[in-house]
Amino acid sequence: MLEGILIGLTAAVTPFNLIMVVMGCVIGTLIGMLPGLGPMSIIAIMIPVAIGIGDPTAALILLSGVYYGAIFGGSTSSILLNAPGVAGTVATSFDGYPMARKGQAGKALTIAATASFAGGTIGAILLMIFAPALSTVALLFHSAEYFALMVVGLSAIAAFAGTGQVAKALMMTILGLMLGTVGEGALSNTPRFTFGMMDLQSGFSFITLAMAMFALPEALFLVMNPARAASGSSDDSGKITGMRITRSEARTIAPVVGRQSLQGFFIGVLPGAGATIASFLGYAVERNIAKGAEQEEFGKGSIKGLAAPETANNAACTGSFVPLLTLGIPGSGTTAILLGALLALNVTPGPRLMTDTPEVFWAVIISMYLGNLVLLILNLPLIPYIAKILTIPRTFLIPFILFFTLMGSYLGQNNSTELLILVGFGVVATILRFADFPLAPLLIGFILGTMLENNFARAMQLYRGFDFILERPMTMGLLALAVILVVLPSYRGYRARKRAEGVADGD
Amino acid sequence: MALDRWIALAFIALCCVYGYAAFFTMDDQLPPILRRNPVWPSTFPKILTILGMVVGLVVLFTSKRKAESDAAKDGAIDLNRLGDYHIGQALALLGLMVTYALTLRPLGFVGSTIAFLVIGAVILGERRFHILIPVTAVAAGSIWYLVQEVLGIFLRPWPGIFM
Repeated sequence: MLEGILIGLTAAVTPFNLIMVVMGCVIGTLIGMLPGLGPMSIIAIMIPVAIGIGDPTAALILLSGVYYGAIFGGSTSSILLNAPGVAGTVATSFDGYPMARKGQAGKALTIAATASFAGGTIGAILLMIFAPALSTVALLFHSAEYFALMVVGLSAIAAFAGTGQVAKALMMTILGLMLGTVGEGALSNTPRFTFGMMDLQSGFSFITLAMAMFALPEALFLVMNPARAASGSSDDSGKITGMRITRSEARTIAPVVGRQSLQGFFIGVLPGAGATIASFLGYAVERNIAKGAEQEEFGKGSIKGLAAPETANNAACTGSFVPLLTLGIPGSGTTAILLGALLALNVTPGPRLMTDTPEVFWAVIISMYLGNLVLLILNLPLIPYIAKILTIPRTFLIPFILFFTLMGSYLGQNNSTELLILVGFGVVATILRFADFPLAPLLIGFILGTMLENNFARAMQLYRGFDFILERPMTMGLLALAVILVVLPSYRGYRARKRAEGVADGD
Repeated sequence: MALDRWIALAFIALCCVYGYAAFFTMDDQLPPILRRNPVWPSTFPKILTILGMVVGLVVLFTSKRKAESDAAKDGAIDLNRLGDYHIGQALALLGLMVTYALTLRPLGFVGSTIAFLVIGAVILGERRFHILIPVTAVAAGSIWYLVQEVLGIFLRPWPGIFM
């Protein structure tokens, strides 16, 4: 491991890569603060820049910096305006905003910054321990297991989508897989589902799809419902004072930070869970184990209630890199976009990443420490100034968001047809959002589709048919797990509904 | 019928088209040598079609309206109050995006971008042109410089007749 750390340090600590870390964190913080723009949209917008850089290490460092920065920026707007920029920081506003209202905005921001720093750093240490171990195991996997593992990942994402949402999430996953089959397949070079159109020959661009699924509907929702973006109207952001926290406060939050770093990290590792669930669960757990007066304080400006989600969401962000870097399977929409960017840069994440390109693997881990450090150094003194971005009027903001969405997709392909595809998919995505269909499974399905099909085809060819399912016990076990993951929540939902109907009848 | 059921229905229709292509037309182009393979380019799409049909039907027949309390989330869009939202502005911006896509090449990057940003802001109600125009001009110019000179991706700045 020491050797790896040294490789990472030499790769990450070059002037260019350091600039990338700082740039990523700054851009992420600035955009993450804007209400309505989540890390997925921000990373999608940044991808053409990352691909333009050309060096996969620098690109991944930049994008990871953007990711942390976005989560961090989101917490700033949660605390100052009660308008979370990203879903992962909604729980931060429960106690962060009451603190700001009590005139403790500075203290709240300091606690958020230190808790994020601790969560991210402890997460990076855990990643350093677990990722190499997991990739050693993953090297034993054959294409049949990979296929099964991806099926498990996709089902888990659908299964964790929420009550009553499993079927919808599965539908979106299948739609994503279908979109992934458009264009020339990897199996034979026959074009599939192009309907004779040259522009579809190479398939849909994942950047266009990512923009259309996340950035565009979000921007349209901001247009349709101005209440969604509470920006530009607050005068709270002007006066942030008293950034210091006392020693006793630090002692109070220390155990919370410790617990939530671990819990958040492991939730982040699970496919489909991610920073949002980690932060809510972290908040709920800390509230339940707090005693007496401390428990009363939750929701009214408790420092524990602020530290818990902030630690957990950062640790979860780091945790979500584990399946991406070791198995090549993204567990969340954000890591799916990162995977797409890596594939575009000719890096295939997976167990061989550590042996083939160790500098990429370790540089990313080292850059996580650097990123967290940059966020801490940058944000504490600069927050009062950075917060000024919240006063940009939406009449300026929205056209620029739309423009960056268009540019992101145009630069990827240098083709205007791509923009029309983007608008078309954007409209479809907005309608899907109206009906509460989750869109992350669609994108994950789209990105995993090619890999899933390749592994499936390889397994089929090796075993001359579907026998690989029966002949490899691990494959069968994983596929059975996938079925259980999908069926169990649906069955429990069905049972609960039946019981509720029974009670109503009894009345 | 609720919107999610309409979507499920549309999805099933899509599966039918997709499945028709996978089951009936795709294999015609397959060279005879590849027909001996256990897996054809159409194998995976065929599986997806069947899965898609099943899941589509499940959504169509089991989805139910969400509880009212869920719909009242802060800042969320409630479909029943669609008339209260700025739908016109959203549609106008979508139209503007399509126009931008069509004019980006003929008009050149700088001109079409300034026009896009200014018209977009005007649609949203901005009238301070003395701020708007300089801001968009500087933004368009600097983004062009960044993309063309720093990232090295070709973007024609002016209309074709000037170059």
